Amino acid sequence: MKTRLPRKRKVHLRIRVNGETHEVAFAPHKTLLEVLREDMGLTGTKHGCELGECGTCTVLIDGEPQLSCLVLGLECEGMDIITVEGLADGPQPHPLQQSFAELGAAQCGYCTPGILLASKALLDEDPNPPRDRIREALSGNLCRCTGYIKIYEAVELAARRLKDPKAEPSREILRGYEV
Amino acid sequence: MRPFDYVEPRSVDEAVALLSRGGERTRLLAGGTDLIPRLRRRQWRIDRLIGLRRIDGLRDLTLEDGVLAIGAGVTLEELAASTTVSDVCPLLAEAARLMASPQVRALATIGGNLCHASPAADLAPPLLCLNATLRAIGPSGGRDIPIGEFFTGPGRSALRDGELLVQVRVPAVEGRGVYLKFSPRRAMDLAVVGVACFRSHGVATVAVGAAAPTPLRVPASPDEAAARCSPIDDLRASAEYRREMVRVLTRRALEIVP
Repeated sequence: MKTRLPRKRKVHLRIRVNGETHEVAFAPHKTLLEVLREDMGLTGTKHGCELGECGTCTVLIDGEPQLSCLVLGLECEGMDIITVEGLADGPQPHPLQQSFAELGAAQCGYCTPGILLASKALLDEDPNPPRDRIREALSGNLCRCTGYIKIYEAVELAARRLKDPKAEPSREILRGYEV
Repeated sequence: MRPFDYVEPRSVDEAVALLSRGGERTRLLAGGTDLIPRLRRRQWRIDRLIGLRRIDGLRDLTLEDGVLAIGAGVTLEELAASTTVSDVCPLLAEAARLMASPQVRALATIGGNLCHASPAADLAPPLLCLNATLRAIGPSGGRDIPIGEFFTGPGRSALRDGELLVQVRVPAVEGRGVYLKFSPRRAMDLAVVGVACFRSHGVATVAVGAAAPTPLRVPASPDEAAARCSPIDDLRASAEYRREMVRVLTRRALEIVP
């Protein structure tokens, strides 16, 4: 028996993104990245290398950072997905977003969504990570602009702010070190 | 990517049936970290992918009768984080932690790493040292393949058509091990050369990756290990350099686990 494969077929999927259940129809070969951007209009998650190298398409799947360019949309049935659009609490940016903006931890910004989510997963697991742990958590996210130092500082500030909303960046971080 | 169909079996038997009926253009999808980029680059033509994520038994990780039984779908992150693996086979956990990035480790599986049969597969040298056995299930039943017979060439394994790797079985043996991965970057990089060494009751076993067409057990002596390899020249290193690094890393590994 030869079965003809239904190539043009679309599949229906129930998927939970940023706390809301959506029903989406898309072709079965689409990656989660393509489903989020093209079928759900959530373009905060970026297309980068699409080969699993750069990390900018990072989303949280059931709380764990994963690369949406390597996962098929269909694999995510019933899973809980968080994208960068789901970080803010209404009009209030997430402490990570706030500290990235304040400290200039984004330049072109293309890597930022992935780095924010990888950082969120880290802070959810370890609210007070040492610098080495941050480096390891972000080792799969390439940033070609910043040199990473400002990113690490922003993650550290966000970690402090999650405990104390009034925490301020040190003078050295804002003005540089005196020589 | 070219369009393809996707099915998600709920059991190993169902997956094997789908696989053996499927023919050449049907492939298994585990973590997808190797497969999806290949499809994206149009290296492979696929009609159908069989997703293995929902087969529960494939993600089990248990210690039974002195054997660490690792489901083929266990991810690198699970290997790296599992206290059972760290207690029983710290060598394997160490190798997993040196691979890729957190996001890739969350997807990539031990089964995928082995079945992809890359000469540079980081889990292979430790598992060769630890004498792992690979359990495969096919249309005519199951069989155990010693890991030393599993790799048959770059990208080729001893798995037959329609066979699915379901479990990696590692005997819990007392001893000390180390995996030395040499690569320019500490994350997101393949090994230029990887050397694993495990010493148990005074006897050392050494295995290398990225230094021959397959991961390989070599004699536990720096010179003989280097002589046994047959590395290639590529963008990461020359054959000569790789051979020298096998010598250096074997010596270091033997010093670290005296």
